[in-house]
Amino acid sequence: MSEVLVLVDHVDGAVRKPTLELLALAKKLGEPAAVFIGGADKAAAATEKLKAFGAEKVYVVDDTEIKGYLVVPKVEVLQQIAEKSSPAAILLVSGYEGKEIAGRLAIRLESGIITDAVDVADDGTTTQSVFAGNFTVQAKVTRGTPIITVKPNSATPDETAGAGTVEEFAPTISDAAKTAQIVASQPRKATGRPELTEAAIVVSGGRGTGGDFAPIEGLADALGAAVGASRAAVDSGWMPHSFQVGQTGKVVSPQLYVANGISGAIQHRAGMQTSKTIVAVNKDDEAPIFELVDFGVVGDLHKVLPAATEQIEAKKG
Amino acid sequence: MNIVVCVKYVPDATADRRFESDNTVDRVGVDGLLSELDEYAVEQALQLKEKREGEDVTVTALCVGPEKALDAVRKALQMGADKGVHVSDEAIAGSDYAATSLVLAKAVEKIGATLEDGKVDLVVCGMASTDASGSVVPAMLAERLGLPQVTFASVIETQGDQVRIKRDGDTATEVIGGTMPLVLSVTDQSGEARYPSFKGIMAAKKKPLETYTLADIGLEADQVGLSVAWSEVTDTTERPPRTAGEIVKDEDGSGATALTEFLASKKFI
Ligand SMILES: Cc1cc2nc3c(=O)[nH]c(=O)nc-3n(C[C@H](O)[C@H](O)[C@H](O)COP(=O)(O)OP(=O)(O)OC[C@H]3O[C@@H](n4cnc5c(N)ncnc54)[C@H](O)[C@@H]3O)c2cc1C
Ligand SMILES: Nc1ncnc2c1ncn2[C@@H]1O[C@H](COP(=O)(O)O)[C@@H](O)[C@H]1O
Repeated sequence: MSEVLVLVDHVDGAVRKPTLELLALAKKLGEPAAVFIGGADKAAAATEKLKAFGAEKVYVVDDTEIKGYLVVPKVEVLQQIAEKSSPAAILLVSGYEGKEIAGRLAIRLESGIITDAVDVADDGTTTQSVFAGNFTVQAKVTRGTPIITVKPNSATPDETAGAGTVEEFAPTISDAAKTAQIVASQPRKATGRPELTEAAIVVSGGRGTGGDFAPIEGLADALGAAVGASRAAVDSGWMPHSFQVGQTGKVVSPQLYVANGISGAIQHRAGMQTSKTIVAVNKDDEAPIFELVDFGVVGDLHKVLPAATEQIEAKKG
Repeated sequence: MNIVVCVKYVPDATADRRFESDNTVDRVGVDGLLSELDEYAVEQALQLKEKREGEDVTVTALCVGPEKALDAVRKALQMGADKGVHVSDEAIAGSDYAATSLVLAKAVEKIGATLEDGKVDLVVCGMASTDASGSVVPAMLAERLGLPQVTFASVIETQGDQVRIKRDGDTATEVIGGTMPLVLSVTDQSGEARYPSFKGIMAAKKKPLETYTLADIGLEADQVGLSVAWSEVTDTTERPPRTAGEIVKDEDGSGATALTEFLASKKFI
């Protein structure tokens, strides 16, 4: 069976959940082979985790020489491994970095690219959700090695261990790859709540909060949910951009999405329309968000949410 | 300094977007416009020009697309770009990212060759097109041009040939630096795009606007288009509309109770 390369998305060796999802998808296509680019001292812990979630092989690439340079060195690593191992496919996490690596790699390997897949079938056919979630598209790469970026939350990690054979790989990095550079980096502060793109429940607030997110956060905590925001709330400076749901923010597809004081503009829908269950609280009974909901409350979120939160807490006991 | 802004002509997101029978995006039956996300790219290019007072800066808007896509170039000219280039050729229809980036790269090279100092210093793109939303063309274009990329910028600063951007990633906020020539992409956090003024609309009519065919940029018809795409859309299905849910009016706290009951009935509590 051919290898399926999975580029490992990690923070200082801590493998992020979307990578485990990629390993589960990779199993459908061949033998999952994780590519870990990072500090040599962090590789052992990462390898353990990757192995536990099905990696048959782990390519370990020490990043001392390339740390801090933007994407191109990683493109060269993947290119060189791909040329050596002729993988059945290369999977990356859909995100700024994953997409850019995928794009450059596609040109170098003269291979087709598919972005934002939400599923990959055994024969490599991908499923995507397009036009703000209004259409579902099936596609296939027809040339070269399929390069597929997959949205977080598209598969369930499969904790069935693989062989996890480690292969140290020493790439040859060109000087041209060492140009654009990360000059400074400030890690995002942990919120103590689930990651927006990984959460089973998301509670969001919009302009209708008037800037007071306490009712949103209260309900989110009662439900164990992540907090989201509309662009209007982000543009007003009430929430950081990393909380934004929508076309130019995060695309989420949780079991439950609760939109509060959000009108439901097409750009917002683009980020939440595929949620399994949708609930809205809005004081305007004509707000377009109500066209999407399974359950809606026409009312003032400042009254409805705190009362509901209290009842939920009481029910939980 | 020469700046090229890549602007895409896309079907209006607020209209009913759909596919053709060959699974390509319907770009004719649905009203189109300059992608809203590329307005931010035009805006940043214009701001860079304005900041470099006294320097000779040319902003060229570049669009690859069908005949109607000329509208996108015109809009960029009305906003303040100096020149427009529209690459249009029947053979380009149905091009994938690979082919689109090839056409853009060849066009950027040709624009560079026709400009006074013979090169393009900065290519500015939007963060994504509002139809394909791949966010990969800038990286692919940079690869084809052999240039570095600094992308998804929410704040852009330049000094001489140095470019510094801020970008809000998934796990960190980063400052990224690069040296021109390079490819830059900007997000919708980079600042509101200006509206064309009446003066701008009038001035645009006199600005140079060129149309390139494939031959003009040294490409053959069999290098682009649907038939040579590296990937294929095999099926498109419209999502069934969501069935109307239950909507209650909150009266004296009844809304909260109903909401709690709904959540409990679905086992979310
Ligand atoms: C290129 C582009 C990209 C964009 N990307 C995104 C994106 O990624 N995400 C996004 O969200 N938007 C995005 N937008 C913006 C989008 O078009 C809308 O402007 C935005 O979603 C509106 O946010 P909102 O619903 O919070 O505000 P509004 O549309 O102002 O709606 C506020 C709602 O709150 C209700 N309300 C007010 N007070 C209360 C109260 N006390 N209790 C209950 N309800 C109340 C009102 O009835 C109203 O329905 C984008 C726009 C463009 C042009
Ligand atoms: N046909 C096109 N003509 C001009 N620019 C384009 C075209 N396609 C993509 N771009 C540029 O590439 C960016 C990202 O596009 P995409 O990768 O399709 O999401 C857009 O915001 C544009 O700046």
